[in-house]
Amino acid sequence: MDVTLRIKRYNPDEDVKPVFKEYVVAVEPTDRVLDALNEIKWQQDGTLTYRRSCAHGICGSDAMRINGRNRLACKILMQELGKKITIEPLLGYKVIKDLVVDMDAFFAAYKSIKPYLIADDAPSSGERLQSPVDRERFDDTTKCILCAACTTACPITWTNEHFVGPAAIVNAHRFIFDSRDQGAGERLRILNTQSGVWRCRTVFNCTEACPRDIEVTKAIEEVKRALLYEQV
Amino acid sequence: MSYHRFDAVIVGAGGAGLMAAIQMAGKANIAVVSKLYPPRSHTGAAQGGISAALGNTEEDHWQWHMFDTVKGGDYLVDQDAADVLSREAIDAVLELEHMGLPFNRTPEGRIDQRRFGGHTRNFGEGPVRRACYAADRTGHMIIQTLYQQGIKHNVNFLDEHHLLDVLFTDDGRCCGVVTLEMKTGEIHTIHAKAIMIATGGFGRVYKITSNALAGTGDGIAIPFRRGVPLMDMEFYQFHPTGLYKLGILLSEAARGEGGILRNGDGEAFASRYAPTLGDLAPRDMVSRFIHQEVREGRGIDGKDYVHLDLSHLSPELIDEKLPDVTGFARTYLGVEPKTDPVPIQPTAHYAMGGLPTDVEGRVIRDAKNTVIPGFYSAGEAACVSVHGANRLGTNSLVDLVVFGRRAGKHMLSFIESAELPPLPSDPELVARAQVNDLLTRPNGERAATLRQAMQEVMMDKVSVVRDATSLNEAKAVIDGVRRAYHHVAIDDHGKTFNTDLTEALELGCMIDCAEAIIEGALLRQESRGAHYREDFQARDDVNWLAHSLVYRTSGGLELGKKPVTITIFEPKERKY
Ligand SMILES: Cc1cc2nc3c(=O)[nH]c(=O)nc-3n(C[C@H](O)[C@H](O)[C@H](O)COP(=O)(O)OP(=O)(O)OC[C@H]3O[C@@H](n4cnc5c(N)ncnc54)[C@H](O)[C@@H]3O)c2cc1C
Ligand code: FES
Repeated sequence: MDVTLRIKRYNPDEDVKPVFKEYVVAVEPTDRVLDALNEIKWQQDGTLTYRRSCAHGICGSDAMRINGRNRLACKILMQELGKKITIEPLLGYKVIKDLVVDMDAFFAAYKSIKPYLIADDAPSSGERLQSPVDRERFDDTTKCILCAACTTACPITWTNEHFVGPAAIVNAHRFIFDSRDQGAGERLRILNTQSGVWRCRTVFNCTEACPRDIEVTKAIEEVKRALLYEQV
Repeated sequence: MSYHRFDAVIVGAGGAGLMAAIQMAGKANIAVVSKLYPPRSHTGAAQGGISAALGNTEEDHWQWHMFDTVKGGDYLVDQDAADVLSREAIDAVLELEHMGLPFNRTPEGRIDQRRFGGHTRNFGEGPVRRACYAADRTGHMIIQTLYQQGIKHNVNFLDEHHLLDVLFTDDGRCCGVVTLEMKTGEIHTIHAKAIMIATGGFGRVYKITSNALAGTGDGIAIPFRRGVPLMDMEFYQFHPTGLYKLGILLSEAARGEGGILRNGDGEAFASRYAPTLGDLAPRDMVSRFIHQEVREGRGIDGKDYVHLDLSHLSPELIDEKLPDVTGFARTYLGVEPKTDPVPIQPTAHYAMGGLPTDVEGRVIRDAKNTVIPGFYSAGEAACVSVHGANRLGTNSLVDLVVFGRRAGKHMLSFIESAELPPLPSDPELVARAQVNDLLTRPNGERAATLRQAMQEVMMDKVSVVRDATSLNEAKAVIDGVRRAYHHVAIDDHGKTFNTDLTEALELGCMIDCAEAIIEGALLRQESRGAHYREDFQARDDVNWLAHSLVYRTSGGLELGKKPVTITIFEPKERKY
């Protein structure tokens, strides 16, 4: 079937502002949006620019706005989208070119919450023990692929560039609730500041956007509760 | 020209590159260059597990692991390297846990372990639980954990820099790399005492593959053009269970947890071929079983695929241990694995071959193991060789952490005493010419057309089975692709984030890889591991218990052999 992709294009070397360009491509209903983008790039217009790598929803390269929602282009099929599809870069970050946005702020926010195990009790032999129940406690938030779909779906992020955003909080959660970690206090202090977790207005856009089905809002709520009741 | 100087530069931020970087961070001035953001590396796609003889759930010994590795590799494995791999795997996995990797746990709180193809107890008696895992996203957890450690140790990451060239001095020392910064289009020279290639595999040479679009062999093709040999390139592993037509991997863990392959008659055919291990025989074999079933008309509806049946497993087990891979079947094929069989076919998965190295990760230049000073490699790009003619499942992730770590440690000691070698007078000469050529050529062949021709012929003629006729046919096509590539033209002539340019460069690298695969496959007149010649169906230890080396010279490709290191396991017939 033929579908029309309306793609927001911007090349800083040539354009003053972004313009939409339309492409008609023949696709199978089971094709990924990424397949359609590749088809355009490879057969029609090599200047079309986007990031991609794994092509099956695991590397986090190709989050973009597809019909107004943040999706991974490789994880959404044509049959879910209709015959006219609008594709835009993620909102909130500077566009480098076409669908490629500047991820510096995203990774800076991620780094700010100390996304690594803080623990100085590694045993000299063998592993640290952790019960399956304790392991389960933070399972959901270990799934994050840092695609930025949640953070750039959040209306607070759009208006407040200092907000750490859902992805950073998800990754803080992954450590705060890991029984092996001793850095919860430090991270909670960071998230208790102006730019931290209290900016969240529980809009749920993040949860809706997550391609890994992480319950992002729930994780944020758990972090808030940990702050309120110091129950880590 | 933008010039940088470091003690060491690592190209590639997958498991191997990051593991090396962590050894050096804080102790030397290093940089990690990667064309992708580090967590986007394909290590993150690894699913099933990482093996180590921890013996957490049943008796196990590193010697058993070593034996399985050697036998799985059809005795082409260098046994000194397999010894290191299986011994150090234990400590390396524990180190990952100490870094915070969230492994699944046993009821006692230890790292849980499961079965995987070719891993056995007591030298082949039956399957053993050796694969440590984090659900079916073990690689994801490894890449996340190592990236986190990189952040913790303030590693200097040069993200979205595409490798263009590797530099050598006139007397053959490695002295730096040239990269293209995607965001600006600027070319950078990175001058260093030690350089490591950890750029992963090249599955994109084939049409159906489990590999990322970024898996294009850049890091091995570029030194190859500068005279560094590639080893054992004819051994390319096809994983039996890729989603039909898409190639997306359904981990062997699915069979480790009890999944069964069935043909068009519904028969569980694997045990007909491999009575002891059945569905858990090594991948090269299971892929050939499928090929045989299809050829004899027992594919599903007579077509070129079979079924992976998980419907007898409990839905809870599927959700807990195989959530991602069953999700792939749902998302991409619309199949519910809890109730329906999943259509699968062999998919191009893993390069056993690559840059030849010793057990310290030093790249060697000949059959006498002469080291190229300052040049290192580890991970899928390298060939140490622990995988021989066929890698066992879970052994790549072990390879990354064990040999990535070794290479990092060795580089650290090397740079302490080494002088900074001089750069060539115009270090960017070759890179700049290549880039400018592509940026200025007004019209010519489309890269995509050539890429497709290459991928199709490699899939048809150089995959699970091959013979002299098919290989020569493929060679003729690839020769044509090579000629046409000289006239390839791109649409994007700009500087900013030019992926049209990098895709064309990647195609050039894949052509080198394809040529090396075919050349090695033509040379090796026997069948061993993943290399199965219909015209030479037996293994030939008299003539071919040897690695192949292929060199690019001004006169074309040249071939050589390198002896296999055998320590304790004498080659035997490989039965499962
Ligand atoms: C779907 C799938 C599942 C797998 N499951 C398992 C498993 O369960 N167990 C197991 O042991 N193995 C598994 N493997 C194999 C294993 O994951 C890979 O072999 C391994 O992760 C490769 O790691 P690496 O560090 O060598 O390279 P990669 O992780 O591929 O990283 C390559 C790095 O090099 C960089 N790079 C490449 N080219 C350039 C360039 N031109 N310029 C700059 N940077 C560049 C990339 O950006 C990236 O950072 C699986 C493989 C696949 C495809
Ligand atoms: S390309 Fe990797 S997530 Fe889409």
